[in-house]
Formats: sequence, structure tokens, C-alpha cells
Amino acid sequence: MTPDLVGGLESPDYASHDRAAHEPYAPVFTGEVRRELDELLTHYPTKMAALLPALWIVQRERGWVSEEGMVEVADLLELTPAYVKGVVTFYTMYHQHPVGRYFIQVCTTSPCGICGAEDVLKAFVRHTNTGDLGLTSPDGRFTVIEVECLGACGFATPVMINEEFIESVTPEKVPDILARLA
Amino acid sequence: MGYPHHPHQRETTVLSQYFGDAEARTLDGWKKRGGYKALEKALGMAPADIVNIVKESGLRGRGGAGFPTGMKWSFMKPGDGKPHYLCCNADESEPGTFKDRELMRWTPHALVEGCAIGAYAIGAETAYIYIRGEFTEPLYWMDKAVKEAYAAGIIGKNAMGTGKRLDVHVHKGAGAYICGEETALMNSLEGRRGNPRIKPPFPAVSGVFGMPTTINNVETLIASAPILLNGADWYKKMSLSSPKSTGTKLYSVCGNVQRPGNYEVVMGFPFKEFLYDLCGGPPHGRKFKAVIPGGASVPIQTMEEAEATLMDYEGFVAQGSMLGSGGVIVIDDAQSMVSVIARIARFFAHESCAQCTQCREGTAWTTKIMERIRDGQGTHEDMDTLLDIGEQMTGKTICVLSDSCAVPVASGIKKFRAEFEALIPGGRVHPVIAAVA
Ligand SMILES: Cc1cc2nc3c(=O)[nH]c(=O)nc-3n(C[C@H](O)[C@H](O)[C@H](O)COP(=O)(O)O)c2cc1C
Ligand code: SF4
Ligand code: FES
Repeated sequence: MTPDLVGGLESPDYASHDRAAHEPYAPVFTGEVRRELDELLTHYPTKMAALLPALWIVQRERGWVSEEGMVEVADLLELTPAYVKGVVTFYTMYHQHPVGRYFIQVCTTSPCGICGAEDVLKAFVRHTNTGDLGLTSPDGRFTVIEVECLGACGFATPVMINEEFIESVTPEKVPDILARLA
Repeated sequence: MGYPHHPHQRETTVLSQYFGDAEARTLDGWKKRGGYKALEKALGMAPADIVNIVKESGLRGRGGAGFPTGMKWSFMKPGDGKPHYLCCNADESEPGTFKDRELMRWTPHALVEGCAIGAYAIGAETAYIYIRGEFTEPLYWMDKAVKEAYAAGIIGKNAMGTGKRLDVHVHKGAGAYICGEETALMNSLEGRRGNPRIKPPFPAVSGVFGMPTTINNVETLIASAPILLNGADWYKKMSLSSPKSTGTKLYSVCGNVQRPGNYEVVMGFPFKEFLYDLCGGPPHGRKFKAVIPGGASVPIQTMEEAEATLMDYEGFVAQGSMLGSGGVIVIDDAQSMVSVIARIARFFAHESCAQCTQCREGTAWTTKIMERIRDGQGTHEDMDTLLDIGEQMTGKTICVLSDSCAVPVASGIKKFRAEFEALIPGGRVHPVIAAVA
């Protein structure tokens, strides 16, 4: 059932995320990335409105949103770091800790639940060696979490791996899906 | 459904006719299919005339509440000297609903066109399309379509050479069901936590950035283009039952059904035929037991109610539920209603923004009690406690998320009480539960 889509979707640069975990924080918004933010600011009448997009950029460049990232965004948008943190913690998609190279989200809300989503979730936990939901596998490759409705209930069970959306996953397909990931 | 998309012969494909047609995603492909003709026509009309045609057509909001779209647009007063905004609600997170995703991934230019028409009609120069962060693929296609439309001068400083400014921007959400609530969406767009605002003031008076704002669902805005091209009468005629429900509606069908997917039928279509013929009936060897016809927050229907329903705003209400967002969740006889409802309650507990005590506490306690009944540790009083809590959660909070959690629980207890009781220790074991356990 999966159509020929996703052409052109690129995965975020997780290499720089590994670097950020080991080195002091290097600013995100320089050069090209700074220009990207400047362009975004023209879309809105206030600087604050660029907050969610700016945090997305931090996560794309670093793999997660660190305290340093929040401070940098706060400075650029003339907000306080505490305010930015308050916003970050409201939303579920900003990672406040480093996560595995492949971040796997499995929907288990009722419509998927009655089509067997729990078993798909269990298969991911088992085959990735993460031990439990939210933990990262010892090799740093995988983190598996359960999410609420992904808006693709007719394609139960949908799974998101980083930016990629995979439809109609069954427990049997899980080993093959994982084998595709480097 | 499936790809390529083969609509059922009883479908009326106005909005979904290009699903599965990859060429329709490109600007050239879209224009070949008659795209942007409606916008061209709109820009040659007075905004008030557009609003009147939409009013006349009977189009009602497809985001859940069914508010008449033309009337909503007419609340935006021209010449008040303030910037107006249009927000397109593409946060689609109501469990069971996945129609906007399909519209955006196959016909992104239809939404750019719908936003441009809507913005022009309400005197706005800027439209924001707020798309939930998980929709990476719709985001990709929408971004591309917006860029193509800018490059071709269809939108921008001088939209279609008319000298009018029409900007359309895509804004990516970051994970929060509540941001689909209109004022929460506006807060989120402004760079705040996605907490719903107290109304009044309503968005038409003070919406995003404190300015007059109209917010519409993806499907609503896309429907405005064919209405402008074909006229209000054409739209009004697509109605088999109540004259208050007109046009076509996209339904997302999921759960225990042979052919899940999106289906577009005219208002008033018989639900029985829809479920058994279009969607192919229940999985082999099973029977349908219940339907939640409008997304997780509407009352559950028994099959008796569902089979007597004519699918429109009035028809679902007449049979104990609501059309809602058109997310049809079908449940078969192998499922325990208690488990299904417990999981829905957990969804709402997870998604409550926690501003209102009734909602924060009510959704959490409802979940705890539902789960203990599911796990065989409930008592007979638990059902009454759930109904009590539900009453406290209804009509008392800033937004209706709280009510939405109480609704499936109350309708479940009312219509499937035997399944609850069978799980209470010492109670009678219901045959279905015995089979599932
Ligand atoms: C908790 C909650 C969640 C909602 N989620 C959505 C949503 O995901 N998409 C949507 O279009 N409307 C949603 N709505 C309805 C919107 O508040 C609003 O009524 C709608 O976008 C208006 O558009 P319409 O008039 O075109 O239907 C939600 C409402 C509530 C209370
Ligand atoms: S009802 Fe719930 S979700 Fe809505 S504003 Fe109150 S706490 Fe938030
Ligand atoms: S319930 Fe799983 S995608 Fe909607």
C-alpha cells in the first residue's frame, strides 16, 4: 500500500548530533542557517512567532534541543531562556536529551490498537535491544517510543522513523525494516 | 482505497479525484487539471460576493463543529484598518481522522488555492497553514507547492498580476493534539505554549497576533474552489437528506474493516451501504459491533444506530452521535469495548493541556478507573463514579477536550453496560469478554 512518495525527504544530520554530545556547544545559527532564520522571520509580524521553527532548526542540526540551544534561540528572538524552555517542554516532538540515531515512534491509540499496534510496538522493542520504551539501545542506534495518533489510522500500524513515515507495519515486517537502517 | 486510487462507483469525488495521481502535485499538472482557475475568478470578484456564494452553498466547517463557513467569513469586517489573518487548521490529530493528510500529500496546490481564496474573501493578506509536526510528507509537498506558487507569481506581492498581496506560509507544529483547537493553534503559531484561550474574544475579533482571524480546516478551504467555479446551486444539490448539510464529505475509515481508507460521498449517504459495500464490511468471520463515526470524541454508536444513519450533520445526531471530523472508527465483535474506551481515555489524559482542573484531574481519573475495570479490578460503583466525573468535566472548561473525554465513556457505559459489568469481579462473564480474554 505504500506509495512512491518520500522521494527527496532527507534525514536530519545525525553526525553533528554525535559531535554536540562530546564537544562544547557550537552555535547553530551561523552562515546558511542564520540566513534561513532571517528568511523565516519575514513570515511573521513578531520575532516570537519564529520560536517553533527555530527550535526545529536546532533539532535538525544537533539531533536534540539542549539548554545551550535554548539560550541561543532565546537571544536571537529576544526571549528569556526560561520562556523558551517553557515552550519546549509543552511539545512532545522536541528532544530534551540525545536520542538514538533512529528515533522510532509507534502509534498505539485505539484505532491502531484494535488492529494490533501493541504487538508492533513490542516487536520494535525486542528487535532493537532497547530494553524498554524511551531507552536507547546500547549501541546508540535506536530509541523506541509509543505515540498518540499519528493521523494515519487507516494504515495501521503507522510508524515514524526519524522523518520517514512507514504505513501498515505488522510485527513480521519489523526485522526487515530495521535491517534497512544503517 | 489503495494506490493507485480506485474510487468506488458510489463515491462522488470532488475533492479526492486526484488522489494517487502524482502529476496533480506539480504546478503544471495542477493547472492542466483546471487548477487556479477558481482563484483567478475570485480575484476578479468583490470579496463580499465570494462570501455570499459560500454562504449560499451551505458549506459547513469540516474540522469538527460544522459551523457555516460563509457566515464565519462574514464576521470579518472589511475596512477596520487592521491586518486580517487566515489560519488553515492542518493539525489533524483526532484519532480516526486522516483525510487532511491525504488531501495535502496528493493535492497540495488545491490547499494553496483554497487558502488564497479564503484569505482574499476575508480581507487578509497573509494565510498560515499550521501542519502537525508528524506530517513530514504533507509538509514536504506543501512546502514545495507554496514555493512553486510563489515562483509563478500566483501568490506573493502581486498575486496573479492583480496587484493584490497574498502570502501563504507553512508553519510546522511540534506534537500536541490540543493545538488543533483553534485558539491553542493561534497561541502555538505565536510561539507560545499551545494552551486554548478563553472565549470571548472570538478569533474574528482578536485572533492570531491579536488581530481579526478566521480559522478553517483543510477540507473546508479546499471545497471553496469548486464552489466558486460551479456555483452554490451545484453544491447544494449534492444532498440526499437534510437541506442543512450540502456537498460532499471525505470520511476516513479505520479499525476492523475490510477496506480502510478515505471515501468521499454526498451528504445524506446511507451509512449501512457505506460500511458494508464501500468499505467492504467486517474482516472475515467477524461482525461489526460498534462505530465511532466522527473521531474519538463523539458518542459511540451501536450497529443498530449506525445502520439507520444517513450520513450528514443532522443524520448522525438523530442516531445518537455526531459527524465530527468524519473519522469513522469501526469496531468488531472480537474487541472489548472497555479496552477501546480505556485507551481513548488515556489519549485524552495524555493530550490535556492541564489548564483546567476538571480536565486535568477528570481525564486522569477517568483513565485510571477505566483501566482498573479493564484489568478486572473494578467495582459496581465505578460506573456511577465515571458518569459523575463525566458530568463534572462537561461544559465547565476553557475548551471541549474535557467534554470529549467524557463523551465516549458515557455513551460506552450507556450502550455497552453488560461488557463493563462482565469485567467486575463476581459479575457475569460476557461471552465476548470470555472469548477475548
Ligand atoms: C481539542 C480540539 C481539537 C481540535 N482539533 C482539530 C484539528 O485537528 N483539525 C481541525 O480542523 N479542527 C480541529 N478542531 C476544531 C477547531 O477548533 C476549529 O473549530 C476548526 O478548525 C474550524 O474550522 P472549520 O470551520 O473549517 O471546521 C479541534 C477542536 C478541539 C476542541
Ligand atoms: S479543557 Fe483541557 S485541554 Fe481544554 S483548555 Fe482546559 S485543560 Fe486544556
Ligand atoms: S490511531 Fe494510530 S494513526 Fe491514528
